[in-house]
Amino acid sequence: MTRRLHPFNGGIHPAEHKAESNASPIREMPLLPRYVVPLRQHIGAPARALVQAGDRVLKGQMIGAPEGYVSTAVHAPTSGIVLAVEPRAVPHPSGLFDLCVVIESDGGDRPVDFQPLDWRALDPSALRNRIREMGLAGLGGAVFPSYIKLNPAGQRVHTLILNGAECEPWITCDDRLMRERAAKIILGVEVMRHTLGCRTVIFGIEDNKPEALAALAAAIPADMEVVAVPTLYPSGGGKQLSYLLTGVEIPSGGRSTDVGIQVFNVGTAYSLYRAVHLGEPLLSRVVTVTGHVVQPANFEARIGTPLSDLLAAAGGPLPGATDEIIGGPMMGFELMDRAAPVTKSVNCLIVKNPELFPARPAALPCIRCGACARACPADLQPFEMYWFSRAKDFGKAQGYNLFDCIECGCCAYVCPSHIPLVDFFRFAKSEIWEREQEKRSADQARQRHEFKEFRLEREKREKAEKFAKAAEKQKETTAAGGDGAADAEAEKKKAILQAALARAQKAKEGVTPKNTENLSPAVEKEIAEIDARREQMGAKAEGSEG
Amino acid sequence: MLAAILVMAGIGLTMGAILGWASVRLRVEDDPLVEKIDAILPQTQCGQCGFPGCKPYAEAIAKGEAEINKCPPGGAEGIKRLAELLGVEAPSSEGMEHKPKAVAVIDEATCIGCTLCIQSCPVDAIMGAAKQMHTIIAEQCTGCELCLPPCPVDCISMQVIKEDVATWKWRYPAHIMQRAA
Repeated sequence: MTRRLHPFNGGIHPAEHKAESNASPIREMPLLPRYVVPLRQHIGAPARALVQAGDRVLKGQMIGAPEGYVSTAVHAPTSGIVLAVEPRAVPHPSGLFDLCVVIESDGGDRPVDFQPLDWRALDPSALRNRIREMGLAGLGGAVFPSYIKLNPAGQRVHTLILNGAECEPWITCDDRLMRERAAKIILGVEVMRHTLGCRTVIFGIEDNKPEALAALAAAIPADMEVVAVPTLYPSGGGKQLSYLLTGVEIPSGGRSTDVGIQVFNVGTAYSLYRAVHLGEPLLSRVVTVTGHVVQPANFEARIGTPLSDLLAAAGGPLPGATDEIIGGPMMGFELMDRAAPVTKSVNCLIVKNPELFPARPAALPCIRCGACARACPADLQPFEMYWFSRAKDFGKAQGYNLFDCIECGCCAYVCPSHIPLVDFFRFAKSEIWEREQEKRSADQARQRHEFKEFRLEREKREKAEKFAKAAEKQKETTAAGGDGAADAEAEKKKAILQAALARAQKAKEGVTPKNTENLSPAVEKEIAEIDARREQMGAKAEGSEG
Repeated sequence: MLAAILVMAGIGLTMGAILGWASVRLRVEDDPLVEKIDAILPQTQCGQCGFPGCKPYAEAIAKGEAEINKCPPGGAEGIKRLAELLGVEAPSSEGMEHKPKAVAVIDEATCIGCTLCIQSCPVDAIMGAAKQMHTIIAEQCTGCELCLPPCPVDCISMQVIKEDVATWKWRYPAHIMQRAA
């Protein structure tokens, strides 16, 4: 049965350059004395370091634990001693350093005990958790944690697409993998199909890889399909490939799962096979080393292999080589430091020379020819987005669906004015992301500030209320005391006073002053006279007053 | 003639009633302009504008009592957006030094646990208690520097946030365009 294809609009056909590296089998990289394993190798939060300098590690031991939901684990590529956990050069367009675990190999390459998973018996959620701990991420280049993609999360996935298109020039790692390990890829695909619960499985492979097509066609069971798609860049784009194979368009800003399709790279399927059937975490990947090198080839390189060692394994650059590209010539970026290691996202290392990669001619003004719009596989208008990105009018650029741009580079490839359109789109996107991030933190700060003000207000109110309550209570006690306790007190005082008065009265009545006793009759007479005189004077005074 | 007048009057009354009802029913509670201005301000709550926080500054701008170029953290970009919102000419951002983004860091060995910085932080981004070491929650710190003056032992310093792989941005492809010119 041949599947009807649905060609997408646009696309280009650059020189393929596949033959340089796809003729020889995948070569195993020898054990190296030193590996540098970055903790940030996937989309999302970087892994949290579980080791420190001086620790002994075994091959396959988890050295970075997933942190948060969108994250996955990182493992030691060999046994040895952790030399340092420090910022080192990483393959990133910025050339900035990032936190890495540096491991010195002990030469023994002793692994931890790898336990194959009984994936059919395991609960899907438990299986996904194991896959998360195995560090699996999409090996096509986007390095999105695989366990999330294996979770249908309420959405029904009916079609699983295996992306073996490998549409970028020069890269042949998936091609070689499919030729040599087709049966194992299919074992991994079985696990994917089981976890997603879907029936249809389609392999999409560009028709410039007849050997890979044949190898897979020979290996698949009857309920899977291998489809040769025409060689047209970027047929390996997730959205482009799913449209090509199913005719279903993924909505703007949406994911393929919105329309019931999930897309995995064939390399991811192979590493899933290793994780599930061999119990081995993601420790290595296939990397193409090509371009102006002595012996272009594909290497099975452990994660953390310094790119300088990889380059040396391919015989080193030929005379006249300039610099290197990580990834393909269309979507890749310049390598800033050869000390940077192979990560889960590094699929290709291309050594440039001026003949193979002539310098881009100087950019000329846009003549509004529309060639970019015709070449755009995402049906966008790159020239509109270019004007607004160039003028830093990001809102308008977004209005032209800037975020549906897959940065494939078709527009810049066809531009007769040699304008680096994708550079502008990347610039605009990262500016918009930063603004969104700033907006989020501003909103958070506003919320926190408002809450602090509310809290201070509440504390003040509560304090005032407490004081008011205490004052009221005081008053109440005083008032209540006037009726009861205070009364008793007054009574007691009264009683004491009364008693004192009574005693005084008693004393007055009972006892006469001693100085009036036993007086001589002369003195008594004198007293009587004085008393009489007093009375007289009193009467006189009364009379005069009266 | 009479019929026409009655019809017109009827229409007028009906319309008036609808408008009256709408003005009561659909009244806007707050001044939406303040919210719009506040949304543009960077919410550092630093008080460099002379107002105690971003919202009071937004209110002052809405009333026409404050210039729109008093917010250094917002920078020239902020002035431009405010000018666009208010339909005025953007005043110059001269004399406004634009500092790189920074967060406060407490030297925990020197901190005496006086809680003065905690009280001064407008976004409650400092953790600690009396006589306990304090520390700053870096993700919540707006870099307003309001915690610096109250510290009696000068143990708080501002650290510029360095660009890393996660925050790195693609540069404006100016170098490529210059060759074209």
